[in-house]
Amino acid sequence: MTRLLDVENLTLDFDTDEGRITAVDDVSFSLEAGEIMGLVGESGSGKSVTAKALMKLNASNAIYGQNTKISLNLADGPVDIMSLRTAQELQIVRGGAISMIFQEPMASFAPAITIGAQMVEQLLIHTSMSALKAQEVSIEMLNRVGISDASTRFKQYAFELSGGMRQRAMIAMALSTNPKLLIADEPTTALDVTIQAQVIDLMKDLVKDFGMGIVFITHDLGVIAQTADTVAVMYLGRVVEKGPVRQVIGNPSHPYTQGLIKALPRLDDLDSPLTPIPGDIPSPLERPNGCVFNTRCSQFLGSQCSGEIPKFTPISHDHMVACHIYQQDQKGT
Amino acid sequence: MKRDTLISANNVSVHYPINGGKLLGPKPVVRAVENVTLNITKGSFFGLVGESGSGKTTLGRAMLKAAPITNGIVNFNDGEVNYSLSNMSSKELKDYRTRSQLIFQDPYAALSPRMTVRDIIAEPLEIMKLTSSREETDRRVREIAAKCRLNLEHLRRFPHAFSGGQRQRISIARALVSEPKFVVADESVAALDVSIQADVLNLLKEIQQEMGLTFLFISHDLSVVAHICDHVAVMYFGRLVETAPTRELFNNPCHPYTKALLSAIPSLDPDAKNLAQKLEGEIPSPTNPPPGCKFQTRCPHAIDICRRDEPQLESVGVEHNVACHRWQELM
Ligand SMILES: Nc1ncnc2c1ncn2[C@@H]1O[C@H](COP(=O)(O)OP(=O)(O)OP(=O)(O)O)[C@@H](O)[C@H]1O
Ligand SMILES: Nc1ncnc2c1ncn2[C@@H]1O[C@H](COP(=O)(O)OP(=O)(O)O)[C@@H](O)[C@H]1O
Ligand code: SF4
Ligand code: SF4
Ligand SMILES: [Mg+2]
Ligand SMILES: [Mg+2]
Repeated sequence: MTRLLDVENLTLDFDTDEGRITAVDDVSFSLEAGEIMGLVGESGSGKSVTAKALMKLNASNAIYGQNTKISLNLADGPVDIMSLRTAQELQIVRGGAISMIFQEPMASFAPAITIGAQMVEQLLIHTSMSALKAQEVSIEMLNRVGISDASTRFKQYAFELSGGMRQRAMIAMALSTNPKLLIADEPTTALDVTIQAQVIDLMKDLVKDFGMGIVFITHDLGVIAQTADTVAVMYLGRVVEKGPVRQVIGNPSHPYTQGLIKALPRLDDLDSPLTPIPGDIPSPLERPNGCVFNTRCSQFLGSQCSGEIPKFTPISHDHMVACHIYQQDQKGT
Repeated sequence: MKRDTLISANNVSVHYPINGGKLLGPKPVVRAVENVTLNITKGSFFGLVGESGSGKTTLGRAMLKAAPITNGIVNFNDGEVNYSLSNMSSKELKDYRTRSQLIFQDPYAALSPRMTVRDIIAEPLEIMKLTSSREETDRRVREIAAKCRLNLEHLRRFPHAFSGGQRQRISIARALVSEPKFVVADESVAALDVSIQADVLNLLKEIQQEMGLTFLFISHDLSVVAHICDHVAVMYFGRLVETAPTRELFNNPCHPYTKALLSAIPSLDPDAKNLAQKLEGEIPSPTNPPPGCKFQTRCPHAIDICRRDEPQLESVGVEHNVACHRWQELM
């Protein structure tokens, strides 16, 4: 496999009225072509901001850290995302080499233009297709994501579709340009499981057929288990555990990951009570020192956890966790 | 209407006119809900599942008299009042608005950023003039906030300062402050993370028991429904295709769509791949559906009769109904 994406030391602050907040704090990961990486974590953990950073798509109050390096390796050489400045430069990645499926489907469609016209326009910008061919491809993609009556839907406006249909139309639009990297932000959250299964299959096909890489953001660990090759778990802007999906889900090692898995409603045991992770995620204005999870951790070790940022420790090959419990083990104490 | 039923729908349809079609002749409509009959027992946590666009929200809104009922009857009887929703005076409608409530889907969009948490929760009381003094309003706001495990200190703050879970607790408090009997919760935990979702679900369940509420819980997450609901109705293309007590539905699904739904729940085990029964085919066009069973275009078991006659709900067991011509053969 070839390395498609390298993210090193991604740090991103936002300037807000209430002060500067850190949304992403020293995050590194990489993705091979033909691989699906899951990004999980609760809301506000920085998943969407991380995803948008890959296209430099964050709002104007975003401040990237000086050591942030994002490199996208395309056939004709690597692209240094952070160095892209002009709209023209950015267009190479936005909607071209990288497509994004947004969490809010309404945001992707202009209200006054039909779904079809937008899909065709996108194809005309980023490919050399004729308008007729672009229309054909668009309708075919709508079909593939399970939209019935695609040629009718093609002529409709976003507000005329139900939420789930809109989501699928957006997926179709994002996939139609055949991007190298697809960022999917909660793409199946609003869909029912039978359609979700179709969309997941579709994504896997694309990975297989075109060697596309996918960053798949979701808070559904079941979806991750069924889709992703690797997974990174985020909490308050930091990655706390990462590795092959089998190992992270089969042997969750960070107390936060363990809590997430325990909180899932399980079908094989309807009688057990649901176990939430106690407490609320702190506001980004009140980010804890040391381990960001220390205000909610049931295995809190004291001053270490509240004073020192835990470093990544390997649990097994490629399976890394950032928690003092394991750093102690390594020191042999 | 059975004695212990709080709210029932009898052959309820909701049709929305859409643009297009021929100049003359009947206007095309979307049959968002078609001929739905269902009873919700007092104190029940009644789940409604089905894919996006299947009509869940519309049915929920019809039961709140917030969607136009084209045909059929919705009856509400809480022991104090007995209303037929299509036939209420404006005074009765006002009263019904206090007895039924909706909890919004999106805790981020639903709360006005310019109001304090106290004012957000108090608003229904003030709009419906349910209290006679500011002191009484404050007391009721504090009571329901405490029940929803909100920090009373936070009542003076603005909602943007809160996390998703806290916001959802605020919208729950707002929906419950008028002490409704019937609550529609539309995808109330869909936007939440599992850790918070578990907390909100536990809270809903607790409050339901404490306040004797009846819930219509709309969700596309079957594992959530399995844990919280005592009854489930499965919707497809505006119709109910199966209803049953939760355990019965999960242990003994009879409709091919229900079976496909249950098998498609993503498992945490990466090796459990391919157990899902893959559905091929398309959902029919909502303006021009085929005659017969609406699931025929995706059903692996469709035969001639399915393309001719629309199956009606029939009894499979105690409180278990299914609308499929072939359920017996497929057992
Ligand atoms: N334009 C912005 N200005 C200020 N703060 C922002 C901005 N965009 C995001 N944030 C903050 O950055 C943090 C991370 O947000 P992000 O939306 O990435 O979280 P997420 O994990 O994707 O959550 P969700 O699952 O709810 O979408 C949050 O605290 C959020 O409030
Ligand atoms: N105001 C409306 N005008 C036209 N069609 C509508 C309207 N509201 C809903 N629909 C249609 O009704 C069907 C059911 O929608 P809805 O009740 O929102 O489904 P769900 O909540 O299950 O996603 C869909 O085909 C949708 O497009
Ligand atoms: S570092 Fe400490 S507080 Fe953080 S997860 Fe590990 S044990 Fe818990
Ligand atoms: S009636 Fe026929 S098409 Fe419909 S679900 Fe049953 S077998 Fe399938
Ligand atoms: Mg997000
Ligand atoms: Mg809905």
